[in-house]
Parts: sequence; structure tokens; C-alpha cells
Amino acid sequence: MTHVSLTVNGAHHQADVEPRTLLVYFLREQLGLTGTNVGCDTSSCGSCTVHLDGESVKSCTLLAVQADGREVTTIEAVATDGELSPLQESFHRHHGLQCGYCTPGMIMAASSFLKENPSPTEEEVREALEGNLCRCTGYQNIVESILDAAGQTSGARA
Amino acid sequence: MVSTERFIGQPVLRKEDPDLLTGQARYIDDWTMPGMVWMAMVRPPYVHATIEAVDTTAAAAMPGVVGVFTADDLDLGALPFVWPITEDIKVPVHYALTKDKIRFAGDAVAVVVAASREQAIDAAEAVSVRATVLPAITDIEEAAADGATLIHEDLGTNVTVHWVHGGAGDQGVFDTAPVIVTERYIQPRLIPNAIEPRGCLAYGVQSMGEYTLVSSTQIPHIVKVTLSGVTGIAEQKLRVIAPDVGGGFGSKLNVYAEEALALGLAKKLGVPVKWIEGRGENYVGTIHGRGVLHDVTLAADKDGKLIGMKFVELADMGAYYQLLTPGIPELGGWVYMGPYDPQTYWYEFRGVLTNTTPTDAYRGAGRPEATYVVERAMDALARKVGKDPAEVRRINLHPPFDEATPFICGLSVDSGNFEPLLDKALELVDYDAMRAEQRTRRDRGDVKQLGIGITTYIEMCGLAPSNILGALRYAAGGWDGATIECLPLGEVILKTGTSPHGQGHETSWAQIVADGLGVDPDKVTVLHGDTMITPLGMDTYGSRSLSVGGVAIHYAMEKVKEKARTIAAHELEVSEDDLDWSDGSFRVKGAPDKARTIPEIALSAWHAHALPDGVEPSLHATAVYDPKNFTWPSGAHACVVEVDTETGHTDILRYVAVDDCGTVINPMIVEGQVHGGVAQGVAEALYEEAIYDDLGNLMTSSMTQYLIPSAMEIPHMITDNSQETPSSTNPLGVKGIGEAGTIASPPTVINAVVDALSHLGVTDVGKPASPERVWRAIREAKGALA
Repeated sequence: MTHVSLTVNGAHHQADVEPRTLLVYFLREQLGLTGTNVGCDTSSCGSCTVHLDGESVKSCTLLAVQADGREVTTIEAVATDGELSPLQESFHRHHGLQCGYCTPGMIMAASSFLKENPSPTEEEVREALEGNLCRCTGYQNIVESILDAAGQTSGARA
Repeated sequence: MVSTERFIGQPVLRKEDPDLLTGQARYIDDWTMPGMVWMAMVRPPYVHATIEAVDTTAAAAMPGVVGVFTADDLDLGALPFVWPITEDIKVPVHYALTKDKIRFAGDAVAVVVAASREQAIDAAEAVSVRATVLPAITDIEEAAADGATLIHEDLGTNVTVHWVHGGAGDQGVFDTAPVIVTERYIQPRLIPNAIEPRGCLAYGVQSMGEYTLVSSTQIPHIVKVTLSGVTGIAEQKLRVIAPDVGGGFGSKLNVYAEEALALGLAKKLGVPVKWIEGRGENYVGTIHGRGVLHDVTLAADKDGKLIGMKFVELADMGAYYQLLTPGIPELGGWVYMGPYDPQTYWYEFRGVLTNTTPTDAYRGAGRPEATYVVERAMDALARKVGKDPAEVRRINLHPPFDEATPFICGLSVDSGNFEPLLDKALELVDYDAMRAEQRTRRDRGDVKQLGIGITTYIEMCGLAPSNILGALRYAAGGWDGATIECLPLGEVILKTGTSPHGQGHETSWAQIVADGLGVDPDKVTVLHGDTMITPLGMDTYGSRSLSVGGVAIHYAMEKVKEKARTIAAHELEVSEDDLDWSDGSFRVKGAPDKARTIPEIALSAWHAHALPDGVEPSLHATAVYDPKNFTWPSGAHACVVEVDTETGHTDILRYVAVDDCGTVINPMIVEGQVHGGVAQGVAEALYEEAIYDDLGNLMTSSMTQYLIPSAMEIPHMITDNSQETPSSTNPLGVKGIGEAGTIASPPTVINAVVDALSHLGVTDVGKPASPERVWRAIREAKGALA
């Protein structure tokens, strides 16, 4: 067991973990934050995307011990007091989700992307989502949701 | 509270979204229980092998291990197979754990139960299996050949089923018609890849014999009745819950070994047992789709007018039958005429066992396979008679009709008006301009050539009239149920037998109830996916939910309103005939201000202080609807591709989907279904394919090798669902939209790729049209021309 100390969604946590524990299972099973999902074994699908020190990472590619001393944000911290964030609200308005399984990862990937590029083109949004797979929506309404949240419209191709 | 607004046809935002958006949803892996243990499957690294010994000693001694179990340790019956489509079908025996042989990579020989997920997986790897390797067959033609190694020796053959559609018309036309087109098309295996893997949690009370299975399934009701048989748990003591389910696409329209094992172990051990599929397991242990080969013959006159259509198919069943396996090609057997009107029809298929994961329903289930070969062959016919492919389709489209009309396949189609759909697709894709641009590029000899693909299709949803299912030897019915409860404070509960996993039933169903009962959709709560709460159901697959389960809601509302009318007449002191239902209320004819709303009547029915004689308290009703016919959506898709003739790379420049799904309840959700369906079809056309090596190993065994497209690969889509030809099958006029995109898009894209290269002599590019395949097709055509 290895000791870790980290901040998750603003709260400080200390825990003993098996060294092989992936960050995603630490979040899900030790902290009970089950909003972050697991969809593959190969870091391909992006369902497990969270923020590490403000940047999006796939939490299945990190060990919990690698998050020691750092700050993690998960989907549970995106809405405030039950109030959806503008990006979540945009996904709702544009039907940017169906089964919802990839959605937390999409929201986390998109919010970090919009911080880097607040006024993206459709092409840039599609490129930013390359590491997040969705099997339901065909991506079109996800792209719309993100563009609208950024105050852009689709058709603004690069 | 009371609404006079119309909600059907409005893009009402989804009620499902808030918990999905905030991480509060509860998918199966989010469920946990005190005392819960974990199950892991032992799948040895063999594809085809005779088992000599399974040694569990080392595994049993590992940390946290509760036990290691083989088939002999558990008292489980054979897994369910419910569609023996012919009298003489040969049915492989299929147990949750195999004893004698391993027949495909997902065949498990044992299960490990341990305190944690990791301990169970570690111990599963420590189970050692001694086995004699047998030759593995993954190719259907090889498996069907005389003398092939047998997958199941007791069956005496790998060709276990032969289904022949009776045919129709003069079969001599395939020799005598002025134009004969013969083509062979191969459609590879596909891996469904719902982003949430499967998983389940079984728990219960041993002393009571009562058990619950929570499973990531599309079909809790079917799982309940079939697993009662497998596990010996009395049906009335087994409850199945589908929690939030992260996509299905047919892959969760099944009853799996792991579900039976988890229940069996919960019963044996008396503790909750959980299993979560890894993605690697999903690639071998969850059903695959497609995997078929067709020989096609079209007979036509010299103008390209169809006379006869004939299809002979070889279909890969995999190593066992899962729930429906041979029923999938048969389901396609009713749509090989497309929206056309030939006088002669023939379809037959042979099902072949191979050393691969069983195939079963994958989005479209039989209809994409059929539509692909019909529409590829229509383009081949157009090339042969030297006509534009749009024109050849146009002259063959069945004329419009709005009542059930017999088609050459032997079934009656509910309604259809096909030509305006084609016109709309051609207009939206800017057909003439694209043809002009294509000519220009050809004249210039551009490296990047343009191709235009078209599909006109019809498909069959609304599974199904129970009497037809019976005639087709399917073991269950095709009805669905709805219960409406009008609560005293004005809210309404709808219990539906459908089991959504992304389709938005909570929203669309609430719209139907809102219009029917004159309440706001926000006042309607839709409950689903739990056999204890909604016992009357047949679940969600085959685009059936709206056209069967949605119609059941209509009939339940009729019953509610019949009772409500009696109460309203009593309170308003008029006869029932003196009441009109308008603007969400029962109103006295000639005095419309004298009225009662459903919520008002619900309160009266609840306190029951002054009900008319013979009327029971409470305003609620249940209806079970058995459709009298299938429903038949139709449409036209068109796409423009740019193919790089040097690299073989294909880009989709424009994609147009024009679909007529009858009455649209929620256009936003319908559009979303089309988007997702087209994306899956584009994936099938350009990227996805299960590939095996010579030893039978799946080479595309993870998301890194199996190319699921991202937002970069899927094009922007133009959709149009404005033509709503009402179904004559049901009073809502609805047809279904869940699979249309996946049915129409693969031939549309491939036709476009072939069209881009047809001037180079290319007549066929297989699915998926990878750069390598396209490049080779160009090389071969050049060689042939030289």
C-alpha cells in the first residue's frame, strides 16, 4: 500500500492505495465518485476523462499515486448546487447525449479544450474530441453543443 | 397543470438529461452492495480445442478467492435460444461454461469468485487448462465445405440451418430476362461496441428463494423469463432490473452466460455477485454482427426496370446460437425487394457455424445486410443499362399507397410514398451540380475524384404481430404493455414495457401522454426497465418501442378516458354522449365552460366520495397492444465522396438522410437517432471490420485495432424527416427510426466510392472501403484495362 494525498473536487483526501490502482478506480471505488466511467482497457474511449490540475486527462492512464499532491476535478463538480454549467446546459439544449455513458468524459474534455481555445471552429472542436468516442450521437450534436457554449455556430469551418 | 398545448411533433428537451450530464446516473458498475463479491470469467487462450483438464487449485489458493467453479459445480440449464426458424434446424448445445471443447475465444471453462475485482481477475489468470488444439475455422465458405473440421461433432455438419423464402413469381426470369446482373458481395463481421461494456449484479435471499438481477441489458423482461428456466429460480421470485444502460445497438439484446452464472452463484453462495466486462472480453464474449456473403441476381428489361430479384446468402452464425442468431438473416428476408416492385422474388440463406463469437442482432439486424446488397446491385444494374442510378431507382419505385398493400416478399406494407423522398435527397445533395463537378474532375483527370451514392430503402419495424412470430417459429410474442396511473394531485405515472438505453422514451412517451390526457409533459413520470414495476413488457430492440410500446400507451389512455368520461358525465349531470373531449377536457356540448380535466377527475376517483354506481375508485388503466402488422419506414439517402486515387483515401463531403418514419413524436430525438445510425453505417462502410488471423485469433481485439470513428471521421449530416406518411398499422401513425440510418448508409457510401472510380473500370470495393482496399481496386481495374 502506498499513501496518497490529493485534492478532489476541492476536498482534501488522504488514502492508502495499492500501487497498481488506477486513478479512475480510486475515484470510483474509494471516493464513490461514480460519474467518471470506464469504457475500454486501452485509453481509447475517453469515458474516464477528468481534470488533473485543470487539464483533461484520461484517468485510466494514470495511477492513483501519480495524482499525489495534485488537484483532480470530476464531472460531479461541474454543476453548482444542482445548476448545470453553461456547457452542460448546451448539451441538454442540443441533444448532445443519448445513453449518456461517454457524456461525463465529453464534458470534461470539452471544458478543458474551451479554456485553451474559447472561440473554436467546428474543425477544431472535432479535432479536440478525437480521443473521446461516442457510439450514439454521431458527434454532430456534441459538436453543436460545444460550439454553442463557446458562442460559435456550426458551419464555421476552418 | 392542465395543458391544451400539442406536444407531439415538438422538440421537447429530454427529461433524462440532468443525471446523465452531472455524473449522477447509475450504470451497472455504479451498483455496489454490502458483502458483495466479484466474478471473473476464465477464458483460456484457445479458439478451438478439446479440453483435457482444468486445474483450479492454484487459483483457489490465491488471496481473496471465495471459490473457483466449473460447469459441474453449478446446476445451470442450457442458455436460451428462442428462434429455431426451421423444423430441421440443428441447434448446438450451449452452456454458460463449456465442458468438452472450447469453440471460440469467448468460451469460458470456469468462473472465479473473489472479494475484489482485481483478485478475481488475477485468480482467473491462474486457472490452468490443458487442451488439444484443433484447427480453427473463421471463414464461412471454408466451414461450409465438405470435410471441414466440425465445430459441434454431434451435429454432423457446420451448415446447421437452411431457410428458404417460398419465393414468388416466375423463377424462369433469371434465365430469360433481357438484362441479368449477377454480383457477389461480402459483408465483414462487426463488433457492436456500446461504450458501456456489459455487466451485472445478482443478489437475493436464499431462504426465500427470491433473487434480483441488475443487468446492463436491453431486455429485462426476456432475461427474466429465460433465466428463470436456466437457473431454476421461480419466475415470480426473479426480478430483473435494467439500470441506466450505456448503449446497446443489439449487443445487449441477448441473454448471456455471465448473467446466468452471476444468478447461479448468488443462489449458491448467498452473497451478492457482481461481474463487469472488460473491453477485451467484450470483443470476444459479446455478440458480433453481420458476417455474410450474398450471391445476387437481378433480372430486368433493357431500360433497367426490375423483373426479378434473387438472393442466396451464406451467414456466419459463430460457434453457438445466442438468443436469436439464425433469426437475424431471416428478418432481412422480408426486405430484399426494397421499395421496388418486381414480379419475381427469391431469398434463401444457409447458416454456418465457425470458431468465432456468435453473431446476433446488431443495429438493423438483417435489414442492413439486405439493403446493402439490393442497393449495390441497383447501381450495378444502372451501370449495365447505361443509366443514371437515380433514374433506375425512380422507374422501379413502388407507386404511393396509404393502406396496407401486399408486396412481393409476401407481407403487406403499411404505407409508403417513395418518390418524393428520392427527389428531396437529390435536391439536398445538389445532385445535378455534383454530377457536373464529377464530369469536370474526370475530364481534368484529377487525382481526387468525386463519387455520388444513392440508396432508396424500405425497412420493417414494429416487431411484431404475435401470430406472425408464431408462424415464424419465434418462441415469444411481439406485444407490449403500458399502465397509466393518474395520481390525485394531478401527476401521471406511465409504466412502459419498453426498456430505453439512450432513446429518450421518458421524454417521447411523456409527450404522447401529455397530448392524450391534456397534461404537461413535466407532470408525467415514465417508469421502465424493472420487471417488478413494469411486468408487462417485451423490451427495446428492432425499432419497436414506439410502434408497439408507444401505441400501447395510446390504448391505455383510451381506457383511462373511457372511465374518466363516465365520472365527468356524472359530476356534470349530463349523459356521456353529451360530452366532447377537446382542449384537454371533457366539455358539455353547447356549454364548453362546463368541463372536467383529467387531473380533476383523478382527484374525484381517488377520494371516491361520489362516484357513479359501479365505478371503481382510482383512475388507472393497463393496455397490452399486439400489432396487427409490422411498420415500414422508408427513405432515400445520398452522399458525395472525394476519393484520392493515389492514396485510396475517402472523404465524405456531403451526407443527406431523408427518412419517412411516419408520425414524428419528437423531431430532436428522431434527428439524433438518424445521426447515430448514419454514423454507425459510415463506420461500417469505411472503417470497421473484425479480422482474424490464420489461427483464428481476433486481430482487431481492442479499440486500438478496431477503428471506431471519432468526431474527425464522421461527417456533418443533413437530415430531413418532414415527410410523415402515417402508418396504417396503428392509430398514432408511427413507424420507427432507430435503425434507418444504419440500414441506408453503408450502401450509400460504398456506392459513392465505386461511383468515384467507375470511369477507371472499378465495379466493386468491399466494406470497409479502407485506403488499402480502394487503392487495390484501382490497381486491379487498371491491370484489367491494360
